[in-house]
Amino acid sequence: MKSMGQKSVFYGVIVILSLIVPWLLPAYQTQLAFLWVMVVFALTWDVVGGQMGYNSFGNIVFFGIGMYVTAVIQRNMHFDIEEYVHVAGRVETLTPVQYLEGLFLGMGAGVVVAVVIAAGLGACILAMGMRGQYFGICTLGLGVAAGELANGWEYIGAGSGLVTPVFPDQLGQRGAFFYYIFFILAVIAFLTLRYLYAGRFGLAINAIRDDEDKAEAMGIHTTRYKIIAWCISAFFLSLVGGGAGHLIGFIDPTEVAFAGATFGVWMILMAILGGKGTLWGPVIGAVIFHITQELFWTYLFGWQRVALGALIVAIVVFFPMGIMGWMRERWPERFGHRVEEREAFSASKGGG
Amino acid sequence: MDNLLILFEAPIFSLQLLIDGLLIGAVFALAAYGMALVWGVMKIINFAQGEFVILGGFIVWTFFKLGINPFLGIPLAAAVLFIVGWVLYQIVIVRIVEEDLFISILATFGMAILLQQLMNQIFGADVQTVDPGLDTWFLFDGAVTVLQIKVVSFFIAIILGAILAVFLKKTRLGQAIRATAQDTRAARILGVDTNKVYATTFALNAAICGAAGALVVMTWVIQPFAGLAYTIRSFMIVIVAGIGNVAGVVFAGLGLGAAENFAGFLFGAEFQAAFVFSLLVVILLYRNYKLRLKRRYLK
Amino acid sequence: MTKKQSYLFTLIVIIAAISLVFAGPSWAKVEGDTIIFGAAVSFTGKYSTNGKHTKNGYDLVVKRVNEMGGVKVGDKTYKIDIKYYDDESTPARAGQLADRLIKQDEIKFILGPYGSGPTKGIAPITEKYKIPMVEGNGASRSLFNKGYRYIFAVLSTSEQYLAESINLLAEKFKEDGRDPKSAKVAIAVENDPFSMDIRAGVVDDAKRWGMKVVIDDKLPKELTDMTATLTKVKALRPDALIVSGHSKGAALAVRQTAQMKVDVPMLAITHCEAADVVGKFGGDANYTLCATQWAPTMTYKDEWFGFAGDYAEAFEKEYGYVPPYQAAESSAAVLVYVDALQRAGNFDTEKVRDAIAATNLQTFYGWVKFDETGKNIAKPMVLRQIQKGKYVPVAPRKFAAGEVIFPKPKWKDR
Repeated sequence: MKSMGQKSVFYGVIVILSLIVPWLLPAYQTQLAFLWVMVVFALTWDVVGGQMGYNSFGNIVFFGIGMYVTAVIQRNMHFDIEEYVHVAGRVETLTPVQYLEGLFLGMGAGVVVAVVIAAGLGACILAMGMRGQYFGICTLGLGVAAGELANGWEYIGAGSGLVTPVFPDQLGQRGAFFYYIFFILAVIAFLTLRYLYAGRFGLAINAIRDDEDKAEAMGIHTTRYKIIAWCISAFFLSLVGGGAGHLIGFIDPTEVAFAGATFGVWMILMAILGGKGTLWGPVIGAVIFHITQELFWTYLFGWQRVALGALIVAIVVFFPMGIMGWMRERWPERFGHRVEEREAFSASKGGG
Repeated sequence: MDNLLILFEAPIFSLQLLIDGLLIGAVFALAAYGMALVWGVMKIINFAQGEFVILGGFIVWTFFKLGINPFLGIPLAAAVLFIVGWVLYQIVIVRIVEEDLFISILATFGMAILLQQLMNQIFGADVQTVDPGLDTWFLFDGAVTVLQIKVVSFFIAIILGAILAVFLKKTRLGQAIRATAQDTRAARILGVDTNKVYATTFALNAAICGAAGALVVMTWVIQPFAGLAYTIRSFMIVIVAGIGNVAGVVFAGLGLGAAENFAGFLFGAEFQAAFVFSLLVVILLYRNYKLRLKRRYLK
Repeated sequence: MTKKQSYLFTLIVIIAAISLVFAGPSWAKVEGDTIIFGAAVSFTGKYSTNGKHTKNGYDLVVKRVNEMGGVKVGDKTYKIDIKYYDDESTPARAGQLADRLIKQDEIKFILGPYGSGPTKGIAPITEKYKIPMVEGNGASRSLFNKGYRYIFAVLSTSEQYLAESINLLAEKFKEDGRDPKSAKVAIAVENDPFSMDIRAGVVDDAKRWGMKVVIDDKLPKELTDMTATLTKVKALRPDALIVSGHSKGAALAVRQTAQMKVDVPMLAITHCEAADVVGKFGGDANYTLCATQWAPTMTYKDEWFGFAGDYAEAFEKEYGYVPPYQAAESSAAVLVYVDALQRAGNFDTEKVRDAIAATNLQTFYGWVKFDETGKNIAKPMVLRQIQKGKYVPVAPRKFAAGEVIFPKPKWKDR
């Protein structure tokens, strides 16, 4: 089929481009690595916020949990905690094996913890039937409370934060290493979501978004789907969090890990910018937002937050349907024909 | 729980905590009052609330530098903020007033970070304060101190709140605002210019924040990036009071001020915020539970 | 996926790639005859007050050095310049910006940001790329136990800031014939890396003297009010109250102890000068003990500025306010680079790093000599007391210009 061929060419181009980009632009490896972090942010937020219509302000919690669990496991495996956090003793650099061991085991544990917590919170909040603005406000409270708790907990460094170990030289380029980790995560997240949206799960959460009571009346186990969606979000976010903690190198409870005012808001904005409730929207939104923001930091020095604030207002006020939504409105006849029923349906709702 | 023992052994300190908590709470309640108004009438959560407060503080501080009495600065700050609020409404809020609550949070958050850096550029990054030239009262042999400025703030906050309540009850514009809050469409059909009502409400909210900011700068300190604390507090108070319950805001504000002071005293300042936010989640869950029971009952 | 869509997406990817290439002018480490340093400083966010002091400190040296001809490296003289970014007071941003300074702007010499948090964000990056960073505002000692080789701090680490005040308290107790063990200490610090370290230093010293820490509060980062803590102080009557919370904490502590008439024999804080507590609160600030890295009254000197007092004068002329130590230590960081570059004689980062490590330099700010972890061990902290609106050095003995007033008079007697 022609369109299939086109599709695979298209995906192929993206994958190849993504694979070689860090070598084409070696100076930008870290930013590019963050680009994929942003893509995962937007994708995972959209599962709950876009496709399911539960506007969450608290997804950042899972990012922070993944980050802390990974860092704490890395620390506990290889260092004397007392020495590492408090006393002015020297800490040895890790060997590559130790570093990877700690990182991957930590990420694995982070996922488990985050998903368990997501399920637990889901059982509290979602199973209780909290919806709409109350859900948004409640998750906002959760995000802030998580940061404040981390801020007061001595074992994980409290307000002093946690320092992740120095990246060992033998593993090569740090930026490239994390670039590929995040790239792989983003691809897996994308493919998983693509698969899920195409099936029963996608239909169910879309039904929840459109009318939860009717969906329930039709026999969909809404609570189960809602919790699963939240856990999927938590799964990928915690993995990315674990990696990001090591990439950033220093974990501050409220500024890095549970950074609701930055990452937490950005993930929503990126999804909206690209188009809520679409598969490609969050990806496109993340790419554009990340680049714009980096440009602001470079060229609008001293005014970058004014520009960022104006951008945020512009996105949500003038462009709430997002790029995908806008394209569909602009060229309905082109889109309407080719796009599958499900996508067209979600597009019409994407603006609201 | 050594701290608890202190309160039992010397209950006088409970009095100190209570008085301070109530006096602080009044200023928070004032900002929260504005937020509740906007929330109730326009269905908008204003996350730039704290920035309005800080801006009000900076305006009083600017006039103070020019030799104007800070108490005269209160109406000046309110007036300036009224204009700022009106302009912001016409540029931004007018476009999101019919939208989802969630959109309004994001849009006003964008406004907040914009205002932060603008204030940073205009007023400088320094911590600022204004000395109102008032003294302190000593009670019980100095065991309890009451700041005159806090008492004055308290009464100003209460008076402003009362004026506002009367305004909403008695004047035609106030009645229009209340009508719009109850049913926008019906109000529109009956000839209320809802757009004007919205603009006035939002500007009024900004003016209230400006007045609150004037009290803040006279009692504590301000800094361009310190607005978040006030936004969060107002938000908390409105939630605790129950959305739409404007009168409850006053009591919630006072109560939260006192509760926070006691929590800070008992658990240590580091868990003060965590305590408050966990409380928020619990309250929401409880409300939700009650709502569900009611829903089931209706079924 | 339609053709149109795929074209559009490819276009976006290409635009993205191109704009990333041109994101930021390329600054070589040496452009013609200018050496360029890189710094990510907090111009916005909660540290912005002190970010400004830091930048002013850096800029003043740049101006002075260039006016005096520049830096002689090898047999050529270079001007110096600094490329700034805004880290927004967050460590995550600071780290990313350091990465950008090093990789995109190809800057080989990094100057520190303001605050321990952002410095902690940058240190792993400079360490990874083996680029030296000389910093004057990251005092947390956890920066110096990670085996970092490329970070050098001209300032005394934070646990030393207020430890001296505890010793002073013990001394005064002994003079009065009381046992230092009976002293009670109250601590209220902001919950951030810098202040938490201050707390650690104070707790250690209090423990050594056997003093009892009766209050140990960690103030929130969004600090607006200290009433609860101060009420506790009134209830427990400690002999010393230690407060640290950057400029906002200093201003609040002085303002609220005066307002609530909290009588505590000793109030010791940081950031007095940066918050300008004397200018803001006048008499209310009297008797406060202030930890300082540097004071204009010190007698150190260097070839660029002369004596400390001359530096203060030059600074005030340029920026219109008396330099707080945050500005002075920033200036000193640049001076260390200037000295190291002159000694290294070329721009090889390893050579420069070694030259920095071997620094033994007197600046207007004090002596600079680094130990193997990169902290300055040649410079003590000074404790000054505000007496009649003036900062009077009272400890350690060597720098004391006056006697400390202890206990500070009760509010009703003032």
